[in-house]
Amino acid sequence: MTLASDDLFRCLADPTRRGIFERLCREGEQTVTAITADAGVSQPAVSKHLGVLKASGLVADRQSGRQTHYSPRLAALAPLMDWTQQMAGFWEAKMDSLDDLLNRMDQ
Amino acid sequence: MTDTGTDTDLRSVVIEREFPHPPSKLWRALTQPHLIEEWLMKPDAAPDEVGRKFHLTGDWGGVLDCEVLTLEPERSLAYRWDYDNRDPAFALKSVVTFTLTPTDAGVHLRMEQAGFRPDQKQASGGARFGWAKFLDTLDGLLARDA
Repeated sequence: MTLASDDLFRCLADPTRRGIFERLCREGEQTVTAITADAGVSQPAVSKHLGVLKASGLVADRQSGRQTHYSPRLAALAPLMDWTQQMAGFWEAKMDSLDDLLNRMDQ
Repeated sequence: MTDTGTDTDLRSVVIEREFPHPPSKLWRALTQPHLIEEWLMKPDAAPDEVGRKFHLTGDWGGVLDCEVLTLEPERSLAYRWDYDNRDPAFALKSVVTFTLTPTDAGVHLRMEQAGFRPDQKQASGGARFGWAKFLDTLDGLLARDA
């Protein structure tokens, strides 16, 4: 695994940070205030997460008046976009869920 | 796969697991809609007959077009796994094949997904396909590395 993808994985391995990034991907550009309202953590914590995302190139910021707006940069995900690697990860996760299900099912 | 025009450059993913459960139980998890929904995606019909067409809806909102191609109870199940999209970077045509083999301890499952278009290797559209789940599994991986 390359250094670039290591860095991306570490950046997105944090659930709160990943949640913020996913939300930006889903809804587009957002202010820190708007992100904080839904993140379930304090604004300084959100700002810190956004700083890490920005350092990894996953978000870009834009100042407008008193607000900073953040938008996702999907191009930064390119190192993760190898299909076979990605689908293997998808199926590994699904197999974990299948294992859980089988353990819960009646014979 | 000749209809996809990609037969010279197919890609495939193979995942294998062994489960300490009887093949019949795994078969139910692969073919009964309420169980499929619990581990894979939400189906709108049971993939229990060759030729059966159904859809799988992912938690990311996408809908896969599926059709059962082969079926041998408690042994194997294959279906089309296609994602139709105007943007070729998002579109996907593939076949998913589950093969079950009884073992002393339970059952061995082999999942093969084949048929990716080579240009999708770099498609940003790949982000639609469960990368978040991929990263979830990496949580544990990274924790082990640390």
